Amino acid sequence: MAPIVSVSNLSKTYASGFKALKGVSLDIEQGEILALLGPNGAGKTTLISIICGIVNPTGGTVLVNGHDVVRDFRETRSMIGLVPQELTTDAFETVWNTVTFSRGLHGKKPNPAHIEKVLKDLSLWDKKDNMLRELSGGMKRRVLIAKALSHEPRVLFLDEPTAGVDVSLRKSMWEVVERLRASGVTIILTTHYIEEAEEIADRIGVINGGEILLVEDKTALMSKLGRKQLRVDLSHPLEAIPETLSSYNLTLEGDGHCLIYDYDTSAERTGITSLLAALAEAGVRLKDISTRQSSLEDIFVEIVGAGR
Amino acid sequence: MNIEAIKSIYFFEMARTRRTLLQSVVSPVISTSLYFIVFGAAIGQRIQEINGVSYGAFITPGLIMLTLLTQCIGNGSFGIYFPKFTGTIYEVLSSPVSMIEIVLGYVGAAATKGLMIGTIILLTASLFVDLSIAHPIAMVFFFVLTAVSFSLFGFIIGIWAKDFEQLNLIPMLVIPPLVFLGGSFYSIDMLPPFWQAVSHFNPVLYLISGFRWSFFEVSDVNPLFSAAIILVFLTICLSVLAWIFRTGYRLRN
Ligand SMILES: Nc1ncnc2c1ncn2[C@@H]1O[C@H](COP(=O)(O)OP(=O)(O)OP(=O)(O)O)[C@@H](O)[C@H]1O
Ligand SMILES: [Mg+2]
Repeated sequence: MAPIVSVSNLSKTYASGFKALKGVSLDIEQGEILALLGPNGAGKTTLISIICGIVNPTGGTVLVNGHDVVRDFRETRSMIGLVPQELTTDAFETVWNTVTFSRGLHGKKPNPAHIEKVLKDLSLWDKKDNMLRELSGGMKRRVLIAKALSHEPRVLFLDEPTAGVDVSLRKSMWEVVERLRASGVTIILTTHYIEEAEEIADRIGVINGGEILLVEDKTALMSKLGRKQLRVDLSHPLEAIPETLSSYNLTLEGDGHCLIYDYDTSAERTGITSLLAALAEAGVRLKDISTRQSSLEDIFVEIVGAGR
Repeated sequence: MNIEAIKSIYFFEMARTRRTLLQSVVSPVISTSLYFIVFGAAIGQRIQEINGVSYGAFITPGLIMLTLLTQCIGNGSFGIYFPKFTGTIYEVLSSPVSMIEIVLGYVGAAATKGLMIGTIILLTASLFVDLSIAHPIAMVFFFVLTAVSFSLFGFIIGIWAKDFEQLNLIPMLVIPPLVFLGGSFYSIDMLPPFWQAVSHFNPVLYLISGFRWSFFEVSDVNPLFSAAIILVFLTICLSVLAWIFRTGYRLRN
């Protein structure tokens, strides 16, 4: 299937001369959840803003469902819903009016039943007649989501949707996202929380310094870059790693109370058996052993660190 | 044409007007009444008539223009500046609306509000003085075109302005002197020749003169000239807007 969003060689230089995007290419598949990970200032919001039509690109093209976002903006923008990073709301409008307004802006005929459903899905129904300034930050965030869903988009951009949202709310937000995905909506979200990407995304893109460093299937990424660590707690602290163990990739931590052994899960031999034997031979006494799979966070730090 | 979007923006803006109805309506009524009391009663005692028109009636078109210009510029600029300031503009920019539709919505609402207030002033004035409108079609022409072109002008200011100070600069600093020196309260024949010559460089003179002509058939300049000036101003505003649309100036950085 052709990608629903196709970004090619996109660049953006702001009026200040700052290059926020440097030739980004990215294909987003229909119906997937793509998480864009990247540190502050990586260019995530800039990328989304160009796709949605808020910022003009300097070079390159973006196609949404085969339509160019600049030339055929009517087609592309009516397909897209955007939840911006900043909590920007018209303080004196009611929830109902602001969500209805969004639908109208997208050229859709009024449909109170749909708006009602969206507000109920986001637990905002009892707030529908409240002015936005009377809502809490998390509620405002949900109003922004409701606005983005008001016109039944096929592609939804969530720019850091969980910033300032509590745990239970976050869970119900993911339920909404899951339901949308089940109905065929493609979802692109940015986040700083790696667990979040790990939890809900199908694919993960890492962006840093205006460049896409990688886009990969989440499970493939985890197993490809996934490293495991064996942690050995020692009965008696060591001053240094014994000579006989120098061939192993070991680090000494916790004032010599603990040895960390990094190994590659995809390697044929993990080397654990021989390491344990070598430890016994060297007279090192063990108190406890545990293993840990590196998380996406470690992977992320590794990739971004290497890119620097 | 995304008609739904134009309607949405227009009614959204009009709803804002409704929320601020009291200040939008009451304040022009009060200030117009004050003008009539101060100028009409105090000065009118001394100047009975200008070109055969009673002084109170004579100043009415100028008073309407004064409010119309300030209101249209104010509303036109605020309507687009405010979402830019709060950030809610993101939504308009990411919607399938062309710039023309954005302008129709915002400028349409600003002009409507200006016309509403202009009409209220006209009605208030008719309580104080006898008014007759000699050329109703010309009167509507000047009334509507002034409202539209100055709302457009306001819209441009709203896009250009980077802060509230810039936003208020032109409506507060430039428009009142132009209106006061544009023959709102006198006929320019009453000025010394030098100031008469200077007044002819003031575009607002032509607006007020043309508008007054449509009421009383008296004017400082040929009404056709007035019509031409307002059309030229409208064209300039439209050209600037066309350029803004093309470049995304201060909207889509
Ligand atoms: N209007 C602008 N003018 C100049 N520079 C800008 C503008 N907007 C963003 N930038 C710069 O572009 C870079 C990318 O910004 P962007 O907002 O896309 O980052 P981000 O990945 O979304 O970061 P965050 O995680 O903090 O939201 C930053 O260095 C930022 O300072
Ligand atoms: Mg961002």
